[in-house]
Amino acid sequence: MRRIIARLRPFLAAEGHRDNVVPPSGHTAWLTTFTAGAMTFLAVFALALSLAASRMADRWEGALARTATIRISAPPDQIELQTRAVLDLLATTPGIASARRIERAESLALLEPWFGPDLPLDALPLPQLVELTETEAGYDTTGLRLRLSAEAPGAVLDDHTRWRRPLVLAAERLNLLGLVSIGLIATAMGAMIVLAANASLAANAQVIRVLRLVGARDSYIVRAFTRRFTRRAFLGALAGTAAGMAGIALLPAADAAGGFLTGLGFQGAGWLLPLLLPPAAALVAFFATRAAAFRKLKELT
Amino acid sequence: MIAFENVAYNYGGGELLSEVSLKLAPGSFHFLTGPSGSGKSTFLKLCYGELLPTAGRLTLFDREVRGLNRDEIARIRGRMGIVHQDCQFLDHLPMAANVALPATVTGREAPMQDLADLMGWVGLADVMQAMPPHLSGGERQRAALARAIIMSPEVVLADEPTGNLDWDMSLRLLQLLIELNRMGKTILIATHDLNLIRTAKQQVAARVLRIAKRRVQLAGADL
Ligand SMILES: Nc1ncnc2c1ncn2[C@@H]1O[C@H](COP(=O)(O)OP(=O)(O)O)[C@@H](O)[C@H]1O
Ligand SMILES: [Mg+2]
Repeated sequence: MRRIIARLRPFLAAEGHRDNVVPPSGHTAWLTTFTAGAMTFLAVFALALSLAASRMADRWEGALARTATIRISAPPDQIELQTRAVLDLLATTPGIASARRIERAESLALLEPWFGPDLPLDALPLPQLVELTETEAGYDTTGLRLRLSAEAPGAVLDDHTRWRRPLVLAAERLNLLGLVSIGLIATAMGAMIVLAANASLAANAQVIRVLRLVGARDSYIVRAFTRRFTRRAFLGALAGTAAGMAGIALLPAADAAGGFLTGLGFQGAGWLLPLLLPPAAALVAFFATRAAAFRKLKELT
Repeated sequence: MIAFENVAYNYGGGELLSEVSLKLAPGSFHFLTGPSGSGKSTFLKLCYGELLPTAGRLTLFDREVRGLNRDEIARIRGRMGIVHQDCQFLDHLPMAANVALPATVTGREAPMQDLADLMGWVGLADVMQAMPPHLSGGERQRAALARAIIMSPEVVLADEPTGNLDWDMSLRLLQLLIELNRMGKTILIATHDLNLIRTAKQQVAARVLRIAKRRVQLAGADL
């Protein structure tokens, strides 16, 4: 990374005497700067979207520990019987990795925060809990419910986290779409810059002729052009990033209940990520111009 | 240094130059003459690899020109000083930067003092910061020569470098080229100024190439 930056530095430095060999003006200059600015502006939002979606996926995913509980409420004399039936049944159900009985002491510990330690323990008819862990593939909820009702009428399957699974999938998809958008934006920007570079090279055919007359190699001429375009793209992208980040920073703040839309901002170190966009735009411009220039110079012999 | 062996050239129509066989030895001084349209500029362009022979063998610095890639041509041009007939400059750069261009494009630094001295010698001290479009034809020609020799090249190829100049200035430029030749540089000047040729011959062993009937041949001593 440091080597790339070192290589890019002369391209970003103020225009010195040396790289003045290409005339400064022309509409291609504005086209490049504007394109880079507009594209980076869009990329900031795509990035924010992608990050927000990824955050949401993580949050929901975390809530989705692959466990569920079965609650068995039955008259005291039947509880042990039904619990054993449930455990046997789970042992033969495909998609269940393990199942274990939650002991009474453990259940009471779970309840303590709500009722305090002075609970009249023995008086309380607690349901028996069985915790199950599913495999990667998961199990068939409806099938399990049916079998439970047949074998242990007092057993209720509680898998309240399951409904979130499609949402996690959607969030992950949204994250991916954001990244794809950034890729498309980069490609479109590269293509625009190739067009601008080609126009500039064609307009400067005379300059190229003079440079060749005095012994300039292709790589020198290419460098003179890539420098310009890289710098323009970088500056445009800087403006676009600043505008995009300001836009996101100014989104009205809302409480957590606001949900997805207000979660669109960057968080903490996430604010550093859009700062990678201007160097990335400079890289795209560098390689796009370079390829265009070498191709054009081959034609101009 | 530059060797033609049975070289022919045409721009797509009839043959312009044919059966050209000659050598420009290192340290030699040649003039090239011939009527307008006879192919003097074309001959020079062959010498610096802008045009490739349509037949025959042409070697520059011992390399067959057809086998050279663009980088190698560029390197060869770096060893040559070329005065193009219509003196092309970068119009957005001041004259001083234009004259220093051969140094700039090869990543070297033209010593400021040399640059000022040279431009003073060719009478351009006052226009160093002027832009090329504001210069007269004569000033452009002098600048073109200055640019060609700033890096002290091994070969100087000049296409009518004195066409727009008065006699005094022509002599000054000639003096520069003669000095370079005495330092061992190879010189080739296309011109139809016979006085210039005569004056040069009094100081150096200059030879004259003449284009006639599509052939390039050494002229006799009658010039
Ligand atoms: N690029 C070109 N395409 C076609 N014909 C050309 C081209 N350049 C020169 N010619 C022709 O070749 C001939 C020789 O031109 P040139 O070498 O410039 O002669 P000179 O320098 O002796 O005046 C002229 O008839 C000219 O019209
Ligand atoms: Mg000519």
